[in-house]
Amino acid sequence: MEFGPYLMLATLEGAVTAAVLALTAVGLSLVFGVMRVVNVAHGEFFMLGAVLAWWAAGLVGGHPALGFGLAILVVPILVGLIAVAADVTILKRIDYDPERTIVATIGILYIIQQLTLMTYGPEARPVEAPFNTRLALPWFEFADGRPQIYWPWGLSTTSYKLGVIGAAAAVLVGVWALMTHTRIGLLMRATQLDREMALAFGIPVERVYALVFGLGAGLAALAAVLIVPIQQAHYLMGGDPLLLSFIVVIIGGLGSLPGTVVAAILIGVSDGIISVFFSPTLAKILATLLVALVLVFRPQGLFGARRA
Amino acid sequence: MLEVKAINVAYGKAQVLRDLSLRVEAGEILCLLGRNGAGKTTTMKAIMGLLPLMSGQVVVAGEAISDQPPHKVPGAGVGYVPQGRRLFSELTVAQNLEIGLAANRSGQAVLDNVLELFPRLRERWSQRAQTLSGGEQQMLATARALCLQPKVLLLDEPTEGLQPSMIEAIRQVITVMRERGVAILLVEQRVDAVLSVADRVAFIENGRNLETVSADEIRADHSIVERHLGV
Ligand SMILES: Nc1ncnc2c1ncn2[C@@H]1O[C@H](COP(=O)(O)OP(=O)(O)O)[C@@H](O)[C@H]1O
Ligand SMILES: [Mg+2]
Repeated sequence: MEFGPYLMLATLEGAVTAAVLALTAVGLSLVFGVMRVVNVAHGEFFMLGAVLAWWAAGLVGGHPALGFGLAILVVPILVGLIAVAADVTILKRIDYDPERTIVATIGILYIIQQLTLMTYGPEARPVEAPFNTRLALPWFEFADGRPQIYWPWGLSTTSYKLGVIGAAAAVLVGVWALMTHTRIGLLMRATQLDREMALAFGIPVERVYALVFGLGAGLAALAAVLIVPIQQAHYLMGGDPLLLSFIVVIIGGLGSLPGTVVAAILIGVSDGIISVFFSPTLAKILATLLVALVLVFRPQGLFGARRA
Repeated sequence: MLEVKAINVAYGKAQVLRDLSLRVEAGEILCLLGRNGAGKTTTMKAIMGLLPLMSGQVVVAGEAISDQPPHKVPGAGVGYVPQGRRLFSELTVAQNLEIGLAANRSGQAVLDNVLELFPRLRERWSQRAQTLSGGEQQMLATARALCLQPKVLLLDEPTEGLQPSMIEAIRQVITVMRERGVAILLVEQRVDAVLSVADRVAFIENGRNLETVSADEIRADHSIVERHLGV
């Protein structure tokens, strides 16, 4: 294959990574923005989403779309409820103190991980995609000075991968609409801007916190349900999404949702391209280097506003 | 209407308020005077439930609001205009007021009434709070508190850094609220501004009550102020 089609393929793979990463990172960003909590257990909520998706999909027989459909409807809510329980029983008790929440969420990380190992086991297990048609992709070449469409051999993607990108985009639009066009979104933003004044104007901040923590974990779980037909569920799979989400949230500007999405696309797509042409390790090295540069030269993030 | 009964408040281990008591009747303006760091802002935060009480009680209209979680305090009819305004800076004027309305489930009629007092806010309706001028921000902070139809209004240095015309506008709104029977607790640095509106003045020092006197007494004998503030 020549370079052009190859680049298009790498970009598409990167777009799938970016879509899943954007969902996961927006969850992390929301929790940090509103609650000022650095949730180290975020990757484990992602992993729980994948593992529970495997479990839910196994409950129903028949067409794979049935099991997957059940998983995508039920699993994010289930993981969200687990996160709400963790918020109410642990984070609230330590008063959301910044240092202690880091230690507490590290504890939650190991509890979830080890419980999964004890119950689900160390195997990697797949979930069947609800639809998975191979789609050949066109490219163009210049013949007699005119562009001509042709179908290079091996240049293809699947309908499911395009579905993942579409679903992630739809959910992100939903989150944006929730934050900007609903009453609960208004309360969440007010809490984010000034927690004390939110209380002084009757906003039940503790309930807002529980909701945001659940929503953040639910988004990570949803991302995992989407990726598990491509990647398989494993009890250690939470590490990479956690690292990449942190990278994205820092580059995008802590707590800024549009910045997080743009950074996720930047990191996801370049990760795809660099992984294909060079190596996945180089992609991670460059992303981490970028974070270091951002922290030194633009601590508020590429897109974040400077805090007063 | 508002009764603060011997409250003790600390930030961590540093105690700031010591057995502080205040009483404001409906339709009365009580002014809290004290040097910087005397504990005036702390008193207001304690009334709002934003700081835990070590002991003592805050009562509004016979109900002990200090036994309730902080987010229930505005619902009991306490409006707060904090020092430094503390608007929801990235939200619009409309959204800031919406939050004020929601605090006590007030309706459109209340909003119309508030906007009559601050017509300027209508012109700024969809602007973000942080883009307003200092005076407009103070109007918004006051309007936000009035949106919950307060029985008790706490104002912490509402005229700080404002132009004379704006100070006058705020002063007039405060008097209107008094006429409507609101109990007003006002913190003000400038003594002349205090004397033009206050009914009584409570002096505090190091978080303790000194004396509480009527404004008329001070107008008659200005040395009381010098004695307590050392100006
Ligand atoms: N967040 C805080 N943490 C610790 N001490 C504080 C805090 N806020 C105020 N203080 C202290 O409490 C005392 C009273 O402060 P404050 O109520 O703001 O005074 P005032 O409003 O009368 O100027 C001061 O000594 C101040 O240093
Ligand atoms: Mg003060």
